Order: sequence, then structure tokens, then C-alpha cells
Amino acid sequence: MKPDKRLLGYVRPVRPALALAVILGGLAGLLLVLQALFLSRTISRVFLDGRALDEVLPLLVALLLIALGRAALLWGSDLAAHHVAVTVKTHLRERFFAHVAALGPIYTRGERSGELVNTAIEGIEELDAYFRHYLPQLFFAALIPLTVLIFVFPLDLISGIVLLLTAPLIPFFMALIGIMAGKESRKQWAALSRMSAHFLDVLQGLTTLKLFGRSREQAETIARISHQFRDRTMSVLRVAFLSALVLELIATISTAIIAVQIGLRLLYGRIEFEQALFVLILAPEFYLPLRLLGTRFHAATSGLAAAERIFAVLAIPLPTPRADPVSAPALPASPIRFEDVRYAYDGGERPALSGASFSILPGQTVALVGASGAGKSTILQLLLRFIEPDAGQITVGGVPLSAIAPDDWRAQIAWVPQLPYLFHATIADNIRLARPDASLEDVMRAAEQAHADEFIRAFPAGYDTPIGERGARLSGGQAQRIALARAFLKDAPLLLLDEPTSNLDPETEALLQDAMHSLMQNRTVLLIAHRLNTVAGADQILVLDGGRVVEHGTHQALVVRDGGVYRQLVMAYGS
Amino acid sequence: MIHSLRTFRRLLSIAAPFRWWMALSALLGFLTIGSSIGLMATAAWIIATAALHPPLGELQMAIVGVRFFGIGRGVFRYLERYVSHQTTFRLLARLRVWFYTALEPLAPARLMQYRSGDLLSRVVADIETLENFYLRVIAPPAIALAVGGVMWFFMAAFDRRLALVLAAFWLLAGLAVPVLTTWLSRRLGPGLIGLRAALNVALVDGIQGLADLAAYGDQARYQERVWELNRDLARQQTRMARIDALQNALGALLVSLAALAVLAAAIPLVHAGQIDGVLLAVLVLATISSFEAVLPLPQAFQHLSSNLEAARRLFEIVDAAPAVHDPAAPAPPPVRAAIAVRDLTFGYAPDDPPALDGISFTLPQGHTLALVGASGAGKSTLVNLLLRFWDYEHGQITLGGRDAREYDQHEVRRLISVVGQSTYLFNTTIRDNIALARPDADQDAIERAARQAQVHDFIASLPQGYDTYTGEHGLNLSGGERQRLAIARAILKDAPILILDEPTANLDAVTEREVWQAIQPAIAGRTTLIITHRLIGLEHADEILVLRQGRVVERGSHADLLAAQGAYFRLWTLQHQALELLAEAP
Repeated sequence: MKPDKRLLGYVRPVRPALALAVILGGLAGLLLVLQALFLSRTISRVFLDGRALDEVLPLLVALLLIALGRAALLWGSDLAAHHVAVTVKTHLRERFFAHVAALGPIYTRGERSGELVNTAIEGIEELDAYFRHYLPQLFFAALIPLTVLIFVFPLDLISGIVLLLTAPLIPFFMALIGIMAGKESRKQWAALSRMSAHFLDVLQGLTTLKLFGRSREQAETIARISHQFRDRTMSVLRVAFLSALVLELIATISTAIIAVQIGLRLLYGRIEFEQALFVLILAPEFYLPLRLLGTRFHAATSGLAAAERIFAVLAIPLPTPRADPVSAPALPASPIRFEDVRYAYDGGERPALSGASFSILPGQTVALVGASGAGKSTILQLLLRFIEPDAGQITVGGVPLSAIAPDDWRAQIAWVPQLPYLFHATIADNIRLARPDASLEDVMRAAEQAHADEFIRAFPAGYDTPIGERGARLSGGQAQRIALARAFLKDAPLLLLDEPTSNLDPETEALLQDAMHSLMQNRTVLLIAHRLNTVAGADQILVLDGGRVVEHGTHQALVVRDGGVYRQLVMAYGS
Repeated sequence: MIHSLRTFRRLLSIAAPFRWWMALSALLGFLTIGSSIGLMATAAWIIATAALHPPLGELQMAIVGVRFFGIGRGVFRYLERYVSHQTTFRLLARLRVWFYTALEPLAPARLMQYRSGDLLSRVVADIETLENFYLRVIAPPAIALAVGGVMWFFMAAFDRRLALVLAAFWLLAGLAVPVLTTWLSRRLGPGLIGLRAALNVALVDGIQGLADLAAYGDQARYQERVWELNRDLARQQTRMARIDALQNALGALLVSLAALAVLAAAIPLVHAGQIDGVLLAVLVLATISSFEAVLPLPQAFQHLSSNLEAARRLFEIVDAAPAVHDPAAPAPPPVRAAIAVRDLTFGYAPDDPPALDGISFTLPQGHTLALVGASGAGKSTLVNLLLRFWDYEHGQITLGGRDAREYDQHEVRRLISVVGQSTYLFNTTIRDNIALARPDADQDAIERAARQAQVHDFIASLPQGYDTYTGEHGLNLSGGERQRLAIARAILKDAPILILDEPTANLDAVTEREVWQAIQPAIAGRTTLIITHRLIGLEHADEILVLRQGRVVERGSHADLLAAQGAYFRLWTLQHQALELLAEAP
């Protein structure tokens, strides 16, 4: 239940607000004691001294003011605590997103992206309970019982001792239970999420189940799994709830003990009624902050789990940028050279390039050919600076690529990936990604060149059609033409292209091929080729195998080389 | 409002089988709070009485009472938590079964729009919200009503005015405060949800589209946008927090004011001797403790609206009418696996252009027919109709000589194996994933099917073999491996009709060829329908239909169609450019 140091680090800038929350909450606690004081005094005056309403009126007015003041203090304290929470969340989310963005697309790709988004939104929101309720409560759990004790001790030593002795039992039992139940309950949560996953699995596979005539019986399976889960969980909870029983009993039995012992002392005249009543009213208030601490800790645990995920991502080191980047040489005059470049993914686990050397001359069209996993995409990612070589170097016009600022370098590149990402924005804005200030005319011209104009205009809203969940869904071929339009709009000297594989229908493919070829005119092109006729037109073919360039040359030269890898590839394709 | 009421009633009817569990749980909740009121009231009585110095005997009963309430509180609380959790788990199981049972007949026709995983996850989350329907929505007001009733009689036993004062504050805290905060936040709530959704979309774009943003140098600009939304969200949350904080503060204020008001109302009564002075402390402390039953009500109010929202979404899904109805007296299953389609016209929605427009063909038993065409030509629609996922109105499909609508839809599907373009694998073992096709299949039969589908060697090479887990939380299989598992399923099912719906659509050329090889044994001896836009393996088809925009534009054998130099020929040429190029090579 100890506060997390990394989380506390984020509280530092808002420490005044946290202090305010604690002070206001503490004052509210003080007013609670005063309220008990005035209540017992009023009751005592009326009950024992027989005073009338107008005689105790000042006391009642004081009680009214205390109630109003206390409400105001609670309101202020809660708002200050909220300020702490919202500031930390906002700051943490900014850091998290910036860090993820800096880790780059290789880190975020694939299934991980969903989890990252979830952590950035839900995960960070879950910290709200931790900062807004748990953290201040840590202070209240110490402050308020202490305040009560300060007032009770001088009035009634014995009750003070009962309170003092029983108070540590509550955190003690909570910690004990936390240790015992923590592991069990985590296991239970895992089982619960597995059960939800099963239900989701059945829903997602419903059509498959139906095809095999197995869908109707699933209702029974769902019921069976749910009931098994319930029986298992309840046997754990039966024990875990004992904790609640113990905590409840400590608070209520202590209150009962205090009531009986002051009642008896009152009977023998050893204590005043007013003081006795005061102690009795305060007894439950004494235990309340301690019990609330347990509840609030429980509510904050999901936030702590989220914090683990957040800090795990933030702990991944970022590549350090060059202190004094040189400006990028103009590409149309600078050859690109790979010199014995090596790269392995997953921190060296999966080698992708093991000593690739080749050059690309300005204006050349260079085709990368090879089986999947030969290292073709790695070369593109290196050129895009999504990753940096583990060894060897890439130079541009003699300048090491690593010495150039990535954004400066990328300004000269247009990239057409296999699966372009379409943003939740209009079609025009999706194309404009390449040049945010482009006019609609420019956007439309680029779309025309990419053979995208026709299908875009077929939408009722044309270029203003939103894309995404609530907007239009584009087919694979359409998305690729948007990517081509981006490249046309950017009109960069270096084109990196991952040729669409042939899972499109032939007409779309023909359109794409045509657009692609006109895009390739008058620039340096490095493309991952999947079709032999594209390859045949290249100035240079680089044949990759096992992370190395094993052959290079033109189609005519390579295809006649007996036993050559390229020749084998071509034969395999045609067989 | 009326709508919400109906939703609420339907929810209650789903929870109805657990009414005794709920009643028991509410009773225990009542006893728990009742115990603490009893504890404080009795304790106050002991002290007040003791102040008058009576003989000890007069206190004995009350001392026993205090101890009873002190222990009772803990014990009742324990039992209440136990019973309420039992109720919640029972409710969750019932909700899932209820939803699944209602959903099953709707799949897949009525679920087209919900296909994305996100919406199904939403469903799962909604059901988890409703799982707390009892605990968070029903229980608090039920317990409050019971406690309130008893408190009314307790106060009224001394003086009706006292009961009225207490009731007024109860209503303020339990009803007026939630109504006030709901009213204050009526615009903030939807705004907050909208902002959160916008931030979510921005983050999805920013993270999934990171490569595109980086490549085009838009990262910094985009990050600014995310931060702006993030700050907007913070501002909106602060506005919301003001109201939340107000609710808590008002709750605390009303407890104090209630105590004060009861005190002020009781003082004249004590002074006039109408009630015993001993009771003054009792009334005040009982009042304060009783609010434990009222303070959770604003929360319950909020949960009520989120529960109604969740329920409304679920009802909306399950209320769709099934797309297919079984005949009252289904015909016996067909003997011959022959298909004939006559003049079939079908559209998904009345306003849409028809997906199929006057299609006719016959597929005799044991023959192979191919449907060829670009995406959107209507090929998959035909499969959906053959599988009886949708009903058709114009034209006819006959199976074994009878209209397909005369059979039970289950019987129709029993006759057909499908290998589609993406294969869903469940989060279970490879064995169970194959055995889905025939639950009683033994290991031999499963292995035989896997061998025929040319996937056995791969499975055997895995450390856990057939016991390897697949699906989202298991082994990541390649597209080719998944398709071979689908073929193994189809072989194991051993149905007389085989439909191949673009089984190699997402595969590279080499894998495509291998998968086609694996399919061959499954085609032999079966009535086969091949749906494809990849013109591969069609040489052996008895007939090929070329579809465009729902119509048949060409038909004939592979050789006939090539010779005709029409649409099929053009498609074929485009796809085989690479092969021609190879032919030129020496």
C-alpha cells in the first residue's frame, strides 16, 4: 500500500494543490470534531439542564455554521485533489504519447498498437482514483484519527487508550489481508479476463460455429464456464470477505466497548455526560478514515496495474538524436550507399540484414527482389530512418545518413507502403498529409495522377468524404491509390515503394500499375517488387537472400546466369 | 422516458429469476445498516440513561444490545457481500447466455455492421456493466427504502414531526441532490464522452499511423493536435469534477443539517415533556447513522443511466429480426448434392442495387463450378444465400431437387464445407480447432485430415503438437497455415458439397500454389463451387461463370473462355503478364 515513487515524481509540480487538498480536508476533520463537541453540549444542556430552544440557539447556529463550513472545505479539498489528478494525468499522457512516437513505427506496429492506445486512454484514466482519492486519503487516515485523539485524551484517558490501541489493528489487518488476498485476487482477475475472452472468442467466431453446426450448443458452454468460474471465485471470496468482517468488527466492537465502559463510568459519576457523548459520537468517525483508506486503495489498484504498463513503456530507452546534425545533401546529385549494413530486430534476436552493401545512383530505378524475410523491408525502414543500422553505415553523397536530422532527410522522400494508414479525416486531408498547405486543386491533381479521382468523386461528398469507422471504408486498392496520390503531391526526389501484392482484382491492379509507373518517372526509385514485369524494367535489380545482396544487375544479365538465385526465383514464379 | 422505463422493465425481467437472491441480499444489506443505527442509538441510550445514575440492572439489556449490534454489523456485512456476489455472478452468467441465445439466430446476416472486433468488445463491456445491475442499481434504493421505512416508524413513534423532518432530509439527499447534479451535468456528460472518443481516435491515428506521419514529417503537427485534445479533456473533466465534488459536499452537509434539524425539532418536545430527554441523543445519533443508506443513492442514479445505456445498445442488437426463418415442417435432408440456381436476384437492402441480378446455373453432383469476378461482383453474396445466411425472394435455389427454403437451415449447412478467405481460429488447441468440424472425431481422424491438408508435419514440428494453443492468445500462425487448418476442418467434416470462397486471397504467390495443392484432395468426389478473382486452378472446372455487378457476363470452360478473348481472357492476361515475360526468357 506504499505509494509508488515513480507516480509521486509526477505529483511534484502540483504539490501545493495536494497540500491544499490535505489542509482543507484536515480542517474539515477538525470541524467534524467541533460538530461533535457542540452536538454533545447542546444535547447535554437540554437533557440534563432543562434548557429551552432559545437558550441553546447560539449553539445551534454554531452547528449550522460548522456544517456549512465543513461542506465548503470538503468541496475545496476534493477539487484540489482533482486538480492534482487531472494535471498528473494530462502530463503523463503527453509524456506517454511523445515517448511512444519517439520509439518509432517499428515499435508500435502490429497488435501492440491497440494496447498502447488503451494504456494511453483507459490506463491513464484509471490513475484518477489513485490521485484524487487514495493519495489524499493516506494523509486523512493519519490526520483525522490524530485530531480525534488529541481531543479525546484530555477528556477521557481510558477511551483514548482504547482508540489508540485498536487503531493500528486496522492497517495491520489490511496489510495482512493485502498480502494474503493479493495473489489470490490477482489470479481471480486473470481467470475473470480469461472468461471474458472466451465469451468474446465465441462471439467473434459465431459464423464459423454456425458453419459447422456448433453454434447452438455454445449457450450451454458459456453457462458452464460462467458457473465454474463462480464456484471457484466464491470459494476464494468466502475467505477474502473474512477480511471485511474483521475490519468491520474492530470498528464496531470498539465502539461498543467504548459505549459500555463510558456508560458504566458515567453510572458511577466518574465522567460527565457531555464528554461521554462527545467520545461516543467521535468513535465511528475515528475509524472511518482508516476503513476508507482500505476501500480507496482497493479502487486504486487497477490504476497501479495501469501504472506498471505505463512505466514499462516509458522505461524503454530512446535513440539519442545527434547534437549537431548536418543538412541533407540534395538527392538528385547524391548517390546512396549501403556499406556492410547489419540490422537485427528485437534487440538482436531476429537478424534481418547481415552485411548488405550496394549503391543507388541518382535517377536510377532499383528493384529489391527476394523471398519474404530476405531483408527487403528492412532496407526501406533504414532509409526512412525508422531504425538505425547496428553496424556498417549508409551514406548519401558521402555524408553518413546518421549525421542528418531524420525530418530533414525525410523531406526528400515519398513513401508508398503496402498497407498505407488512412486517418480519421477527409479524403482530401488524407492526401494532404504529404503537404499540409496544398490547395484542393493540387490535391485533386495528385489524385487524378494516382487514378484515385474517379472513385473519390463517386462518393456523394467527394473529397470531403470522411474516412474511418463512421465514414467510408476504402478497399485495399483504393487505399493504395490514396498513398500514391500522397506521393504525387509530395513530389520528392526519392521514392520508396512497396509494390502492391497481387491480392487485388485485375482491373484495379492495372490502374495501380499505371499510376505507379508514371510516379516513378524522373526520380530515384527504390522499390520492393512483387511482379516480374516491374522488375524487368528496373535499371538495377538487387537480389537479397538471408540479409545480403547476393546478386545485382539488370534483368537480362541476371536471368541467364545459370544457378543464379534470380533465375531460380523467376522459374519458381512461373512454374 | 417511457423508453427508459421499458428498457428498465426488460432488464428487471432478465434479472427476475434471481429475485429471491436479490431479496435476501437486500435484507442482509438492511440488517447491516440497521445494526449500525442500532449500535449508535443503543449506545446513546446507555450513556443518556447512565447519566441519570439508575441501578446497573436497567442498563443490562442495552449492553447486550450494543454488543449484539456491534457483532451483527460485521456478520451481516459478511453475509451480504457473499450473497450479493453470488447474485452478481449468477446475473452475469444469465446475461451472457441470454445475449448469446438471442444473437445466435441473427448471425451473420444481422451482424454485418458489428463485424469489427471493437463493437463486439463493446458488447462484452456492456454485459459487464449490466452484471452490476443488482449491486449498484437495484440494491441501494431497495435497502434505502427498507431503512427509510423503519426510520419513519421509529421517529413517528415519538412524534410525527420528527419523522417528517428526517424524511425531508432523506429526500433531499437521496433524490434532490442526484436530480440536481444530473441536471447540472446534462451537457457535460455527452461532451466528455465525445471528447474521450475524439482523443481515442486521435491516438489510434497517431500510433497506428505513426509510420506514415513520420515518413511525411507530420509528427510534430500531429502531436500538437493530440495534446490539444488532451487539454480539452482535462478542462471538461474539471468542470465535471466541480459537480461531483458538489454532490459529495452536499451529501455531507445534509447529514449535518438533518442532525441539526432533528435536534431543533426535538428540543421543544423534550422541554415540554412530550418525549423523554434520554431520547434526545438517541434520535440525533440514529439520524446520523441512518444516512449510510442514503449516501450511495446519487451513485446508483449514475449507474442507472449507464446501465440503461448499455441495455439499450444490447437490446438494439438482439431486437433485429432473424434474416432466415426455418419452415414449419422442414423437408427431409436432400439425398443428392446437386445445386441449381434459377433467376436468382438479391439485394441486401431495398434501396441498394442488387448484389445478384438474375443468376442461373446448375451444378450436378460431383462437378466443379467456378465463379469469377472482381470484388463487389456478387460472388460472396451467392455463398451467403447457398449457406442460408440470408433468405432470397426472387428466383430459386434448389438443393437435391427441392427449394433450399424447404429445409431446416442447419440441415443445409450440414451438407456444405466452406474454406473462406480468412479463417477464424478459436483460443484453444489446434486439435480442438480442427475437431470443431466433427466433435466426436478421434486423434486418427484428425491427423488423417491434417495430413491430407498438408499441415500435419507442421503441427507435429511444434513442441506441443496438436495441443498447441492458437488464436489471439496463442501461437501466431501464418496465412498459409491458417488456410491449411481450414482445409483440414473441411476434410474432417466430409460434407458432400465444398465451397472455396477465395481461399488464397490473402496469400503470396508461392503459398497460394501450395494451398491449392492441399485443397485438391478435398475437391475429389465432391460437388465443388470455387469463388475467386485469382484465375488459378480453373483448368479443371466443368464450368466457369464470369460475374460483373451481379450479372453473368460470360460462361464456359477455361479453354472456351480463353478462346473467346472476352472478359475472362482480359483478366487472365493481366494476371499472367509475369508468366508471359518468363516465356520470353531464354
